[in-house]
Amino acid sequence: MVRKLPAKDVVIVGLGWTGSIMAYELADAGLDVMAIERGPWRNTATDHPPGYAADELRYRIRHELFLRPEQTTFTFRNKMSQTALPIRTWGAFMPPNGVGGGGVHWNAETWRFLPTDFVLRTHLTQRYGAGFLPDDMTIQDWGVTYDDLEPHYDRFEYLCGTSGQAGNVKGQIVEGGNPFEGPRSRHYPNPPQDQPFGATLFAKAARDLGYKPFPQPSGNMSRAYQNPLGVRLGPCTFCGFCEWFGCGNYSKATPQTTILPVLLRKPNFAARDNSEVTRINLDASGKRATGVTFVDTGGNEWEQPADLVILSAYTIFNVQLLLLSGIGKPYDPVGNSGVIGRNFTHQTISDVVSFFDPAKFAFNPFIASGSIGMCIDEFNGDNFDHGPHGFVGGGYMGQVQTNGRPIETAPVPPGTPRWGAQWKKAVKENYQSALKPGTGVHGSMYSYRDVYVDLDPTYKDRFGRPLARMTIDFHDNELKQNAFLTDKFAEIFQAMGARQIVKEYRKGPYDVTKYQTTHLCGGAIMGTDPGTSALNRYLQSWDVPNLFVTGASAFPQNPGYNPTGTVAALAYWAADAIRNRYLKNPGQLINA
Amino acid sequence: MRKGPTIAVVLIALGASTGPGASADLQDFAAVERGRYLANAADCGSCHTIPGSEHPFSGGRPIETPFGVLAAPNITPDRETGIGSWTNNEFDAAVRRGISRNGARLYPAMPFPYYTRMSREDVADIRAYLNTIAPVHNAVQVNRLPFPFNLRAAMIVWDRLYFTPGEFHDDVSKSKEWNRGAYLAQGPAHCGACHTPKTVLGGDKPSEALRGYMLQGWTAPDITSGQGPLRNWSVDDIAEYLKAGHNKNAAAAGLMGEVVDLSTSKMTDQDTRAIATYLKGVTGMAPGSSATADKADKDVTAAGGAIFQDLCSACHQQDGKGVANMFPNLSEAATTSTQDPATVLRVILQGAQSVATDREPTGPAMPAFGWQLDDAQLAAVASYVRGRFGKNAPAVSADQVRKARAALTARTD
Repeated sequence: MVRKLPAKDVVIVGLGWTGSIMAYELADAGLDVMAIERGPWRNTATDHPPGYAADELRYRIRHELFLRPEQTTFTFRNKMSQTALPIRTWGAFMPPNGVGGGGVHWNAETWRFLPTDFVLRTHLTQRYGAGFLPDDMTIQDWGVTYDDLEPHYDRFEYLCGTSGQAGNVKGQIVEGGNPFEGPRSRHYPNPPQDQPFGATLFAKAARDLGYKPFPQPSGNMSRAYQNPLGVRLGPCTFCGFCEWFGCGNYSKATPQTTILPVLLRKPNFAARDNSEVTRINLDASGKRATGVTFVDTGGNEWEQPADLVILSAYTIFNVQLLLLSGIGKPYDPVGNSGVIGRNFTHQTISDVVSFFDPAKFAFNPFIASGSIGMCIDEFNGDNFDHGPHGFVGGGYMGQVQTNGRPIETAPVPPGTPRWGAQWKKAVKENYQSALKPGTGVHGSMYSYRDVYVDLDPTYKDRFGRPLARMTIDFHDNELKQNAFLTDKFAEIFQAMGARQIVKEYRKGPYDVTKYQTTHLCGGAIMGTDPGTSALNRYLQSWDVPNLFVTGASAFPQNPGYNPTGTVAALAYWAADAIRNRYLKNPGQLINA
Repeated sequence: MRKGPTIAVVLIALGASTGPGASADLQDFAAVERGRYLANAADCGSCHTIPGSEHPFSGGRPIETPFGVLAAPNITPDRETGIGSWTNNEFDAAVRRGISRNGARLYPAMPFPYYTRMSREDVADIRAYLNTIAPVHNAVQVNRLPFPFNLRAAMIVWDRLYFTPGEFHDDVSKSKEWNRGAYLAQGPAHCGACHTPKTVLGGDKPSEALRGYMLQGWTAPDITSGQGPLRNWSVDDIAEYLKAGHNKNAAAAGLMGEVVDLSTSKMTDQDTRAIATYLKGVTGMAPGSSATADKADKDVTAAGGAIFQDLCSACHQQDGKGVANMFPNLSEAATTSTQDPATVLRVILQGAQSVATDREPTGPAMPAFGWQLDDAQLAAVASYVRGRFGKNAPAVSADQVRKARAALTARTD
């Protein structure tokens, strides 16, 4: 029996970064907000104290912070002609679970996308002609521009205390920053983190090659910081346990260290953890959400009625919940119709491992944080002429020293035995003098007609609901892009004086067992045309106007950066639209 | 938020309670407001409300004393189980003289030796405020002390020894601010109830005011200036600590966290500053100066330093200075150097949740290390911290850690 709870103004599905931002903004507007989170509550001191936060086996190898596939998973295949099978161990990406979501275990790379990224199809068509794009590439403009989002990027960076060097303040290029970035209204709130030796060498070599290297913008604190909400963060200690881990000393920007302390003080906010939303409920018209249904760990089913529903779960669960709730027309790749599930993307990552003379180089790879490093942006987006190369897209690349953790960090030259005395000798010899960037080439993945999410015809979850099925493969465009970028990246290590370089190109087919990033994108994308997008430019559902869907599921394609800055900026943008427009006149904000 | 029907109940109950002596005017807004402010300043809710309860002031919270456990009574306006049928005179006698309505003596867990410094009007205002809260029917068995402490008649002798009745009078040689602070600290805020050393019978030692005491498994540290632990704190530092629960030196947790949460954070900035001004005038001796501080041997210090580097320095920094308003400065936090290491050991063993306030909402927490460090390791790091950062603080032995661990295991809080 479903038990009905007292109605709320707002129900939020998932209390990660965007759930927390929306909850704060809407509670701040005076609304009565309930957030429902599938996973457990997490606090710094009780859940990842310094005494065991740095446990590589527990968190990196055994995936303690992530969703357990036993609870729910999805099925995977490369091609539409194949039969998808359920993923039983996470590999290519790590679905978050629990309060704080991916914000707990991210590296805290805090980027803005390029202005042209938001008008991608228009821009590329204008510059190269429509014929330059592959026929089956389905990239779109976002319906929102960089200028629209700038104030919201700014809010997130000041919330997080982002450490970085501006490259463009109000149109003025600033030496030492990224000259390709869109104009920002002011500098970062904190200076960049100090750079380790390897990054310094990389920057020098990059400069010598004519590039403009800059520090990676980081949500790890270069100094103690108090954000505009009054919440404080401590300085980063360069321990090198960021991604996959919770930060033990309040140094990494997470919902816990930036928003939740003030959100929890609001009497009009409440949250339920360990409760999985199974459905967004609609009224008889199908045009209005009436709330959500969720199940607690006791197996009890509850209905939480609400006037406004914010869907802010992880990308693929956003898409699955829309499909299971009958909201929006499911995407059909054969007929090229429908919207829910289309333009699904991931990332095109590769790396270069370089071996230096141990007698001359000691890089101390353990002096690390999730995003200290020097990057270049010459090969990102459309920052270079793609004409001669026959592909579109790109990515940033950098010597980012995320960790020297003992289990993972054992780079040895090709030809070394995989075990035994020779292997040990090689590990010992190269540990200090090899560079394997935590972020190497961070390439874009553009969208295609045959890369999408739908409901699996065979496999079901414990409630009998179909699992989400992902159909995804690399296309030639991305593989060409990656080969070009990886070669460019390797040239810089060559210039640094590496005596041996191993290029780890990204190759097809898409492998769901090899970690890339957790940046699954798309499937419930924003746009200007209800025929090709699930959401309008304010992340509002075209079909159910009292439903807003946040997160990277709104990206029409994935640019060559980490997504969190844009995910958060979009959440602030949507919250602003709700506060200043929707609440005054609830209904569809865009007449399309 | 109180709902309509409840308000009706309140009014009926109050109407019924208005006896000959109960003169509070329910519409005296100014008195009710003053009373609410003073009830916070006097921290009535800390004892008379079970933490997290939806029924403020309905009593029942166990109060641990060196002589056994008492439970705070119900002080809602309920006529049968609360104080709804008490006259203002009866209320005043209890609060300021420690004499209950039936003539029995109150135990000094009720800090009437401090509240006696309040004026009659202030206490009447507290009563006026308490009259406006929801009556709750909750009979509390107050006296849970063992024999012979359960005999209240003994309190007649105690009162003669330790209780000096009388309102606070301004010292005309001092500033207005000092006098306000002295009134608050000696009266409603009853700082000395925890921070002043006690005799074996639990009476204050007035000559050692605010030089620290042990209670409920915590060391309430010496909070004197002069040569005392707060010698490097400015008036603003103390005021900020009281208002925000944090300053550049320390963070309030445990019982003091509760005091900040329920009481001092709700005071005006002028009042926390007034208390700070008064406290800065209370001079004490150098910590541990009366005892030759035992130093840990070299190997223990080396081990403690290694543990500190590994587990503590990420937040407290390698120089122990911490991060302002987040992680305490171990050299300036009063708890580092207490003669009795109870708080230091408790915080390392169990961790500590600092208070979150409107002024400082972060509320960072120290993780527990009791699961990870054995008695010798914990003694080593505690000795290292006290030796390197503390002021003449004696080293801690493994045996002290063993006992502290056992005592904490036996505690329920």
